[in-house]
Amino acid sequence: MISACAVTDLPPGESVRIQADVPIAVFNADGNLYAIDDTCSHQDASLSDGWLEGCFVECPLHAALFDLRTGMPSCLPAKKPVRTHMVLVHDGHIYVDTNAHERVPQPAAEPATASAGEAVA
Amino acid sequence: MKTVTVVGASLAGLNSVQQLRQQGFDGRIVVVGEEAHRPYDRPPLSKALLAGRADVDDLWLCDEEDQDELGAEWLLGVRAEQLDAAAGRVRLSDGAEIDTDGVVIATGGRAHRLPGIEDMRGLHTVRTIEDAIALRTELTGGAGEVVVVGAGWIGAEIASTCHELGLRVTLIEAGDVPLSRTLGDAMGSVFAALHTDHGVTLRCRTRVSAITNARDGDRRRVTGVWLDDGTQLPADVVVMGIGMRPATEWLAGSGVAVDDGVVCDPGCVTELPSVVAVGDVARYRAAPGGTARHEHWTNAAEQPTTAIRNLLAGTTVQHYRPSGYVWSDQYGVRLQVAGELDRPDEVEVIDGSPSDRRFVTAYRRNGDTVGVLAMNNPKLFTRMRKQLANRIPAS
Repeated sequence: MISACAVTDLPPGESVRIQADVPIAVFNADGNLYAIDDTCSHQDASLSDGWLEGCFVECPLHAALFDLRTGMPSCLPAKKPVRTHMVLVHDGHIYVDTNAHERVPQPAAEPATASAGEAVA
Repeated sequence: MKTVTVVGASLAGLNSVQQLRQQGFDGRIVVVGEEAHRPYDRPPLSKALLAGRADVDDLWLCDEEDQDELGAEWLLGVRAEQLDAAAGRVRLSDGAEIDTDGVVIATGGRAHRLPGIEDMRGLHTVRTIEDAIALRTELTGGAGEVVVVGAGWIGAEIASTCHELGLRVTLIEAGDVPLSRTLGDAMGSVFAALHTDHGVTLRCRTRVSAITNARDGDRRRVTGVWLDDGTQLPADVVVMGIGMRPATEWLAGSGVAVDDGVVCDPGCVTELPSVVAVGDVARYRAAPGGTARHEHWTNAAEQPTTAIRNLLAGTTVQHYRPSGYVWSDQYGVRLQVAGELDRPDEVEVIDGSPSDRRFVTAYRRNGDTVGVLAMNNPKLFTRMRKQLANRIPAS
């Protein structure tokens, strides 16, 4: 489990990159929190620098779209999915479970929500 | 429309096939590709593939399964030699003829070479997989001195890759600074410093007047270059990054007008509504009153959406709006450009600093931001690129 940041540091529409064994990007998509591998599966670009629209992120380099819920690309040039990771909120803090690496692609899971985190806090 | 022939099997050709299917065309699609390869990505040719950080299998634009799903006939390693638009026929280099209702011209172009200079060992251009592999073989096979002619995007990337491979590099540029025509002199100077700070010698305001060479078996081999200021530089390898020429020879006598590209209307449609052009080869009418032809990946990826819509509609129902997005990786920094950078009346660094190699520059006309250039700041760049996409008027 890796600490990402305080819930209040990741308002809707924002993203943060954290360093695990590989870099991981954490997004707040309209209140829902998602974590995926940060490096685009197409070419070397950081998805945490990308454009967030609904629960999709657009790669800042070649505009490949990834579904934050599943890690699946929804258009070229990306062909391979990125891994998704479970996000947990505790005491107003966001954590990422990086042990779920092998489950690719994953079914759309119930996302952690920023508001739930605030309720815990 | 029963048959559409897509001439050219690179990014613009592949995206045209995808758009045909996506926009509901269920007829026959024939794709003609001069290169023997299925569609591949060209940007890594001057970067990751040349540096040895990627191999050919990393370049395919789609896997075979996805390609099969498109339900097209791929005629690869064969060239289109003639178009008879009135009869609806494309003749191929192997003598075969394709009867077709629609034609998508996606033939791209060929790397330009200095006129009057014969082919010889050590002299390279980079446009295809074979070009990049041949250059890499020489760069890693004992070459010491490399001269790159032309400090545009491709020349700069090749210089950067040669530097990465540990070679001594001299970059020759005809303009005052690199990329001055695209970015202006002030920003061009930033790119001049990027080269020289890495120990690459940059020689501006000069041109190559001759390539010196010596006999090497049954051929000749590069030994250096003469510059028009009288300088003589030794070179084991000379790479020319001096642009490309659209591949339009096969259209002679076709009825399709050609003028440094295939002449088309603002919707990428030629004078014949059944013939459209996309990618590097398409010269379309653009506001205000001029024409435009783009030699960039994003244009080849985006243009087919408009061109295919108009082809299937049988008339121009949509005008093409380029995003003007270009990226480049040099010396470990990422450069991104979007919108219109020509004719600005103000160029201002709005974030960061060129000396830190992390900045964003706005290009303005009449107070409006019309273009953006960024180095190592993809987040702010992407935000501004999205704003530009929504603001550029359709006229």
